[in-house]
Amino acid sequence: MARVVVDVMLKPEILDPQGKAVLGAFGRLGFDGVASVRQGKRFEIELDGEATPEAVAEIERAAATLLANPVIEDFTVHVEAGV
Amino acid sequence: MIDTVELAGKTPDQPQPWDELGLKADEYQRIRDILGRRPTNAELAMYSVMWSEHCSYKSSKVHLRQFGEKAPASDALLVGMGQNAGVVDIGHGYAITFKIESHNHPSYVEPYQGAATGVGGIVRDILAMGARPVAVMDSLRFGPLDADDTHRVLPGVVAGVGGYGNCLGLPNIGGEVVFDPSYAANPLVNALCVGVMKHEDIHLANATGVGNKVVLFGARTGGDGIGGASILASESFDDSKPSKRPAVQVGDPFMEKVLIECCLELFEARVVEAIQDLGAAGISCATSELASNGDGGMYVQLEKVLLRDPSLTPGEIMMSESQERMMGVVTPENLDAFLAITARWDVETAVIGEVTGTGRLIIDWHGETIVDVDPRTVAHDGPVYERPFARPEWQDELQAAGPEGLARPAGGDELRGTLLRLLGSPNLASKSWITDQYDRYVLGNTVLAQPEDAGVLRIDEETGLGVAIATDGNGRYAKLDPYTGAQLALAEAYRNVATTGARPLAVTDGLNFGSPEDPAVMWQFAEAIRGLADGCQALGTPVTGGNVSLYNQTGDTAILPTAIVGVLGVLDDVARRTPQGFRESGQVVYLLGETRDEFGGSEWAWAEHGHLGGRPPSVDLAAERELAEILVNASRDGLIDAAHDLSDGGLAVALVESVLRYGVGARVWVPDGVDPFVFLFSESQARAIVAVPRSEEVRFTDMCSARRFAHQRIGVVDDGGELDVQGLFTVPVEELRTAHESTLASAFEG
Repeated sequence: MARVVVDVMLKPEILDPQGKAVLGAFGRLGFDGVASVRQGKRFEIELDGEATPEAVAEIERAAATLLANPVIEDFTVHVEAGV
Repeated sequence: MIDTVELAGKTPDQPQPWDELGLKADEYQRIRDILGRRPTNAELAMYSVMWSEHCSYKSSKVHLRQFGEKAPASDALLVGMGQNAGVVDIGHGYAITFKIESHNHPSYVEPYQGAATGVGGIVRDILAMGARPVAVMDSLRFGPLDADDTHRVLPGVVAGVGGYGNCLGLPNIGGEVVFDPSYAANPLVNALCVGVMKHEDIHLANATGVGNKVVLFGARTGGDGIGGASILASESFDDSKPSKRPAVQVGDPFMEKVLIECCLELFEARVVEAIQDLGAAGISCATSELASNGDGGMYVQLEKVLLRDPSLTPGEIMMSESQERMMGVVTPENLDAFLAITARWDVETAVIGEVTGTGRLIIDWHGETIVDVDPRTVAHDGPVYERPFARPEWQDELQAAGPEGLARPAGGDELRGTLLRLLGSPNLASKSWITDQYDRYVLGNTVLAQPEDAGVLRIDEETGLGVAIATDGNGRYAKLDPYTGAQLALAEAYRNVATTGARPLAVTDGLNFGSPEDPAVMWQFAEAIRGLADGCQALGTPVTGGNVSLYNQTGDTAILPTAIVGVLGVLDDVARRTPQGFRESGQVVYLLGETRDEFGGSEWAWAEHGHLGGRPPSVDLAAERELAEILVNASRDGLIDAAHDLSDGGLAVALVESVLRYGVGARVWVPDGVDPFVFLFSESQARAIVAVPRSEEVRFTDMCSARRFAHQRIGVVDDGGELDVQGLFTVPVEELRTAHESTLASAFEG
């Protein structure tokens, strides 16, 4: 068993209305000192077997087609240690 | 180092990426001639976007003039073409503004955001006129229903149209969806918005009044939607910049909602002289258009623009298509009041410049002048092309290959089978899977919405004054004959509006074609405009504005020539509107108009035989006018309880739609001496079916006779739960419903 984590973020130049809304709430609720918020998605994927290079490559393929929209989003894939 | 006007004067030979920005060699030379030097990078960015086909209409301008030259005299037209949107008088001091706009290519690249920002853009156009947006519509074209790409594009587009419109709280009251192989990889997303105001609230986007402040407000400017500007990024050597600028914009409907309310309050408080929305070409477009429509000069300090991404270069800032931004012109005395209102709505605002009388648009970047141009040369005096056009060689062959030889169904069983298959064919199938994703009744003024013939809105609660709007456009008809096809689109939208009881007043058009550099496409375009302009003249409905989208093609294959026509009509009292569905058992069904053997370009020929050839149905605009008057008068006088126009799929499909609306039944007979197949499926124009209460039957037929308009008693409404075409076949209503409603749902679910 291994866990692969995919983090998906909007590309930096793309508007993030959710992040903007959270930033607004920071101010309203009195959390000071925050300049900017961007919100993303995290997927924790449990593999049936080991995180072989092939298995990770397969997850990368899934990330590019299913989990992220590469037109407006970037993603990173990493194997989480010690699971 | 920033490329300044001063530097440009000293370095005339510096190579510039005009080619990558889409300019032709002679266009680049013309810019140099106008300026008397090479353009700065920022000026080059500005000219390249403003002289693009999309912004300058350089291929279409010479043809579009016909809409003005042939415009019928109309008392209703308050603002014509050339502003953000046309404005029409509907009485009682109310004015309506409406316009259709395309967002085709962005919707192919990123379906959800492309379609969403298409809605957002047209809503801001309407808002800029001073009107409150009250409804949207969408006219969509996709590749074949079973194509993989349609399954990528359609759900995203529909979710985007619905997501943005629903978040804004605007009802989506109509539109159409058509599938055809030519739209694979070239989907069409045309969005229409309707706005309401009082006559005295009309605002024109002109920057007048020397000394008035130029204000940018709304969302911050980011790197979205920058196409060619990234090429200019070489002027900066900053490594921290994002490596790739996407040409996709992401919208924020909640920001837009705030912006709507904020702008309306600014207008109401009379603290703003003019507002211009920022759409294609962003600040480049807004500054040059505002300036050249007004006193002719403007001075802008570009570094005052609030940025989301501080690494943007001046050229990128000028080209950014970040959404939900507006530019206002404010007198110095009103500035504090203006800023108080935007602050109250939490809308970020920056004073970026002022109106001048110099006749120049001057833009500085941290004290150095980077743009110094005559704004007219940017916004209005761009290149104009008389593109060669020629009737394609294949046109004769296409018209000669008519549908006459196609096998026609004979006998009750075959006719029944044909009807059920047509009902389930992608173009005739119920679009409720799509339209159910749109909020159709928010705001509480929607009187009729999909699947009715036209969307109807109440405008004035006191009097019941309202408007009806329909969009139509049959690309197959136009392929067979673009002149006639454009008139058929107009005729159908006009008829749809009249079917609800509304008097048609004015037109907006979305013209979607292939490459203007192909003489065959240019001929289709020229013919379509000629047809539409002549048609509008004959029907007395002026074109108030619209949109042209060219280069919709893959390789050498253009899309079907698709002129989408939106017609606006007025109802004195929406309580009198005529709905589509049969309801009362015993009412008599009349067929109005002449039925001929017309199957060229028909849905039957396409769906059953994959055939497209021959001539489209003939157009008779005088008959359309007469039919419209009958439908409007019958509605006003309470002579009919239901009406439905006949179009794709002919009488049979119209009957089914009227039966399915409320789940009643109908008995219909084929008149003596008439071929049942032609009777049921011909697409002859200027026809409608109506349901007449027996008590009104004599008055109704007397009216038709007095006008010498063909009318035939073809059936009665009953509650038998089936459609019975006497002597031929019977289909239970539930079987009709399953055939009609399962196609889209089964294609996109599971």
